[in-house]
Amino acid sequence: MKLFPTMLLAVLAMATSASAQEAVSLDAKVNEVFANVTGPFVSLIFAPLPGTAFPWIVLWLVVAATIFTIYFGFVQFKFFGHAIKLVKGDYSDPDDAGEVSHFQALATALSGTVGLGNIAGVAVAVGIGGPGATFWMILAGLLGMASKFTECTLGVKYRNEYPDGSVSGGPMYYISKGFTELGLPGGKILAILFSVFCILGALGGGNMFQANQAHAQISGIVGDYPGWITGIIFAGIVFAVIVGGIKSIANVTEKVVPLMGILYVGAALVILIVNFDQIGWAFGQIFAGAFTGLGVAGGMVGALIQGFKRAAFSNEAGVGSAAIAHSAVKTKEPITEGFVSLLEPLIDTVVICTMTALVITISGQLIVDADTGNYMLNEAGSAIATVGDTSGVGLTSAAFGSSISWFPFVLAIAVVLFAFSTMISWSYYGLKAWTFLFGEGKSSELTFKVIFCVFIVIGAAASLGPVIDFSDAAIFAMAVVNIFALYFLMKLVRKELNSYASRLASGEIKSFKH
Amino acid sequence: MPSKLVIGLDGHASGERALAHGMRLAELIGSCELVIVYVIEWSPFSFQTAEENAQRHKRREEEIAMAKNRVVEPAIARVTEAGITARGVVRHGDVADTLNAISIKENAEQIVVARSSEGGFAKRFFGSSTSNLVMNATVPVTVVN
Repeated sequence: MKLFPTMLLAVLAMATSASAQEAVSLDAKVNEVFANVTGPFVSLIFAPLPGTAFPWIVLWLVVAATIFTIYFGFVQFKFFGHAIKLVKGDYSDPDDAGEVSHFQALATALSGTVGLGNIAGVAVAVGIGGPGATFWMILAGLLGMASKFTECTLGVKYRNEYPDGSVSGGPMYYISKGFTELGLPGGKILAILFSVFCILGALGGGNMFQANQAHAQISGIVGDYPGWITGIIFAGIVFAVIVGGIKSIANVTEKVVPLMGILYVGAALVILIVNFDQIGWAFGQIFAGAFTGLGVAGGMVGALIQGFKRAAFSNEAGVGSAAIAHSAVKTKEPITEGFVSLLEPLIDTVVICTMTALVITISGQLIVDADTGNYMLNEAGSAIATVGDTSGVGLTSAAFGSSISWFPFVLAIAVVLFAFSTMISWSYYGLKAWTFLFGEGKSSELTFKVIFCVFIVIGAAASLGPVIDFSDAAIFAMAVVNIFALYFLMKLVRKELNSYASRLASGEIKSFKH
Repeated sequence: MPSKLVIGLDGHASGERALAHGMRLAELIGSCELVIVYVIEWSPFSFQTAEENAQRHKRREEEIAMAKNRVVEPAIARVTEAGITARGVVRHGDVADTLNAISIKENAEQIVVARSSEGGFAKRFFGSSTSNLVMNATVPVTVVN
């Protein structure tokens, strides 16, 4: 319990003793080394298809989501109503009260996905790809529901249940067990590969990106200061929770984060209602931009790539992380958690991301050329020019601030809390991958947790470009292995789906609510 | 068929008063079984971390075992000693809803609870479990002071 104040004092002492110049050069050094080390990995994941500028990984995700959608007969639409009933608890056995409910598994998974992806990620997509990126983001969200359904069903079906009642699940478990069940070779190797990428994903998107954007928000309000200071403070708090077991911090976050989410959506709704006369125009921009690009860098393809990339980064469909979170649910029917999980991309991407995109579009932060009606590019020609030259969280903040002047302060708090809750979620996902590789045990777990905290400092100190590239690359690398395995395992899910659907139709599966 | 009374315990002295009244009623009725219920306050709509979810089943078992050992079994022993038939039930959920649901399932004549020991802001804002039970129960309720 004394650890946190001691660390805080150490941070303050370091902050006052180090000169600002030394600190900035330390940030630059961290950034340079980090960019050099991760460069080749990032290039491989985002390599374009031969003769095009289209990254192969984006096609990989879209094709998979489309195949799952067709293979499962548009499960995301057919079982949407049933998914809502499951979340409401209509099919939950009262004798199982006190176990993890469908709602809780969904809320936990959502707290890992709803966050900076919805605030900063959407701004990045719209800033580079224009409003048209939103159309592709919504499409990716709708298709991604089927990917999520597939992986989360398997996550519950093949989880490990230990004698003490605790559970561990996720792609590493369903890949190794599922391949063995089907008599396929290579399951163990794929599971190991997934775990390695999951650890990198946890350190990248689940950690460094969060720390980086949290620092950007805090320094935007209190003035510029070295990122490593934010990093050390964040690392100290995360360390206190995941190593020190200080539940009070996690408990406060659990309560406040959903409230922040509601506040964020509420504020977006208020802005949209106040500007309701512009909603039609904004959707017009979204549709026109989706197919013409409206002058953005890369045109229609640029909008499409940004939309799909940021949707995948935000809702993580096909990535496999949600399967780890959903696997803790209490149910006799693994497929039910699949149904519930398909609501995740809907809430995260189709609803929340779209609201952010609409607010940014309506706010007028994106500068339009009055003569052509197209968007103007910034000096580098890499993104749309914005009022005040903002990007990422800064753009979202400015967009909300143009309608509700005090909202940037609330958003800053929300970003910090979202970043924190996402870090806590991903520390768990990374830990599960780590223990799959190195075994469960106190020293093994502590090693990962310490590495996780070190990366928070690196993430806060590095600049956005290299961090966002590595974060994306690491998360998408998980999807490479996960989706490859899902193609082999999807027939197991269809068997479950057919069995459940027929029992539901025959009345064998009954609602407990009368 | 003996009559059944559901006795709601809360692990405090007030629960003891409810039990004592239930035993008195059982003696007056004659052929009567007491169903002693302890509800662990829990909502399926609360928020938890992934780690808490992974440990939830284990925690649930521990919570049930603790409630049985500390509250329900000593109460059953006391009732049985007095020559009255008794059974114990430990469940998670909303106290008022769960007591009512168990009473309906058991076809109980009435529910006996004590006046709530909760106080302060929560009681003013949400109402106590006892008052919620009195307001919403579909089975007769006796509240012991």
